[in-house]
Amino acid sequence: MNIAGEMPTGDPDTREVVLAARNVAKSYGQVHALKGVNFDIHRGQVTTLFGENGAGKSTLMKILSGVIQPTSGEIILDGQSVAFNNSTEARDLGISIIHQELSLAPNLSVRDNIFMGREIMGATGVNFAEEERQTRALMSELEEDIDPLTPVEELRLGQQQIVEIARALSVDSRILIMDEPTSALSASEVEVLFKVIRDLTARGVSIVYISHHLEEALTITDHAVVLRDGTMTAYAPRAEIDLEWIVRNMVGENYDLGSPPDSRQGDVALSIRELTLPDPAGGFNLVDGLSLDVRAGEIVCIYGLMGAGRTELLETCAGRLQASDGQIVLEGKEVSHLSIAERIARGLALVPEDRQRDGLVQTMSVGENLSLASIASFTRGLFTQKRLEQKLVDDSIREVTVKTSGGNAAIGSLSGGNQQKVVIGKMLATKPRVIMLDEPSRGIDIGAKAEVFRLLSEGAGNGLAVIYSTSEVSECLSIAHRIIVMHKGRISAEFDSTVTKEQIMAASGESVAA
Amino acid sequence: MDESEREPTMSDTTAARPSDKKSDFSIARLLLEGRAFFALIAIIVVFSILSPNYLTVSNFLTMASHVAIYGILAIGMLLVILNGGIDLSVGSILALAGVTAGAMMQGIELQAMGVILYPPVWAVVILTCVLGALVGAVNGVLIAVFKVPAFVATLGVMYVARGIALLMTNGLTYNNLSGRAELGNTGFDWLGFSRIAGVQISVIVLALLAILGGLMLSRSSFGRWLYASGGNERAAELSGVPTRRVKITVYTLSGMLSAVAGLVLASQLTSAGPTAGVTYELTAIAAVVIGGAALTGGRGTMRGTMLGAFVIGFLSDGLVIIGVSSYWQTVFTGAVIVLAVLMNSLQYGGGRKS
Repeated sequence: MNIAGEMPTGDPDTREVVLAARNVAKSYGQVHALKGVNFDIHRGQVTTLFGENGAGKSTLMKILSGVIQPTSGEIILDGQSVAFNNSTEARDLGISIIHQELSLAPNLSVRDNIFMGREIMGATGVNFAEEERQTRALMSELEEDIDPLTPVEELRLGQQQIVEIARALSVDSRILIMDEPTSALSASEVEVLFKVIRDLTARGVSIVYISHHLEEALTITDHAVVLRDGTMTAYAPRAEIDLEWIVRNMVGENYDLGSPPDSRQGDVALSIRELTLPDPAGGFNLVDGLSLDVRAGEIVCIYGLMGAGRTELLETCAGRLQASDGQIVLEGKEVSHLSIAERIARGLALVPEDRQRDGLVQTMSVGENLSLASIASFTRGLFTQKRLEQKLVDDSIREVTVKTSGGNAAIGSLSGGNQQKVVIGKMLATKPRVIMLDEPSRGIDIGAKAEVFRLLSEGAGNGLAVIYSTSEVSECLSIAHRIIVMHKGRISAEFDSTVTKEQIMAASGESVAA
Repeated sequence: MDESEREPTMSDTTAARPSDKKSDFSIARLLLEGRAFFALIAIIVVFSILSPNYLTVSNFLTMASHVAIYGILAIGMLLVILNGGIDLSVGSILALAGVTAGAMMQGIELQAMGVILYPPVWAVVILTCVLGALVGAVNGVLIAVFKVPAFVATLGVMYVARGIALLMTNGLTYNNLSGRAELGNTGFDWLGFSRIAGVQISVIVLALLAILGGLMLSRSSFGRWLYASGGNERAAELSGVPTRRVKITVYTLSGMLSAVAGLVLASQLTSAGPTAGVTYELTAIAAVVIGGAALTGGRGTMRGTMLGAFVIGFLSDGLVIIGVSSYWQTVFTGAVIVLAVLMNSLQYGGGRKS
């Protein structure tokens, strides 16, 4: 088969093309997830796919790795047109994928997870010694001190991701697809991963990389492919592009996450005093005598690495976790002894970190999710009032700008960013005085991120006290009036909005780990 | 592979998924969603053709009174299953309730005072329902507070309740439940034999409970709490839903409804035995599943469950009427259940796969 056909715009490099997509399209009924995409993957180079959620990145990756089949178009491997019926066929041809969500069995050891489904057989059953030796070798390559016999459930999330990566490395693939491999990794772990990627490319392995972390991806990639609404909008080698180019092509216009709103700061809305949350496993305190005041109309950003205690702090304030010591005072009244529902009624609301696990009820519609936290407001006597609920739902959809066909749509039909807006809208509908958002931008695209931050800005303008946590430094330097850095359950530094990224990262312990 | 868990990679503006009902109207979909209803129609048509005695008002009322027992249990089971749990103890609570009511009808002997109390029937009914609710509450507390898996907790209570029922009567059955006029405790057979406008009391009780339960599910805030905590307990909790209270309540209601079913059954049979209701929990679960509820929680309706109960009842009575051996009835019932589960996974699994 001749691959000269239709080459992508800006043909970047003459190095050998291993895998090429030609006019690849995928439709689900009326929905066109991909509308004819062309691009090349070069031997021994990193190609990064940029695009917002819903742009078609994951669909394209699933097609390349054989998980799903394209509606039209062709995949060309080494000049031959190929069609994969499933991911095993793709793997046999040397294409493997590291999925965004971990697919490990938590009860099994690291060794067993790495060789799951392709155990090394010896004369008397599985050759565990050989598997263990290979696992050790992989772990030392990844510079991770993990014993091969440790059960995966005992590992940190970042380490679990390392295991996932090790599993993909253990198959000698020619093309390795990585879907958000760094989302749970620390800065030092990311560096090791990038070193491994460079080793792999030096050996001739081609990498396809997806990340929402644009700057990080730019440091490793050789080529950039940008997708928007299922169409490829740009394709260029690294030398010709920069961050601004990517963002422009991703969203189609200039985006800015905003600046601190000029709101009038009122009285202290939430006061956390000497709050302590012990580790149930008996280690260090997850939250360690932490004190923090947040005023009405103020936006406070909590920055920290994974395990710094941000989630624990916010969940303790919301009432999910019980503090062993300290006070939580909402507008002058102690709320530590109250239930979650009572705290919500008093005006203290939490938007949790993991929207699939803690934020949404997948069996309910968009409208039922939006109204879930304020059922009492549309209940008269014994029964809920349809009309009042409909009004609340319509208002919420408009206020937080959820793109949906209406309140009756299935929650699963929304994109990640819109699902996140539903979770935020649900808590805003309770008319809170203080809203806490745990990583509100996790897994959502830039456009949705900007809208979420705009919502928070507006809220603060109306006197709402806002606390949000993030692990992306650039998000600290947007709408927050004040930036709190957490490290090991304590506040390690506090800055105003004029701080630099380097100062924040130094205070988080990131430089120490590197 | 957990592909279904991942966020759909579609464009932001669309909501045109198969689950969006209006946009994707087809006969296959209609048949799938109304399957319990169509199954019931099919059963009635087939048996009406096979037997001239099937399609008569009196037969329908008789069959409905049989359905009443399973149906009442299935109402409670639906609540529990919507919560994402399971209640294996309903058959045993039914027997314990029947035996307790029987014992009270024989008179409660207070040896310390040397008197025998004969409570009136209304008191017997109330006390029995309270007993059922208490046993159900034990289930609920074990599951919600002590975090015992629902399957194990209710399995344990299933044995204990059955054991207590056997101990109370030493394995024997109370055959005399009619009471005596001079003691003022007659009327127990009213539940099982009386009719209002030709309809058995048991059927009316079932209808009332189903309507009340249906209203609770679709219109009350408790219903919304129940659907939410069954769909995603963590999300519901963080939204201020008192998930623990919801859980204890559904098991308590299930226990109470089991007691009601026990009273109705004892009254219909005019006897109360400790071995009544063995495997009834399974029939109740089957009715709920045939009615389209998901065992994972959060999905299911009262209407569906009632249809499911009638499908099972009308099918097994129909087989009796046309003279099919009871062994075959077991096979047919099993096949219907498997088919129903298959359809459930088509409805709930198929939409998310793509």
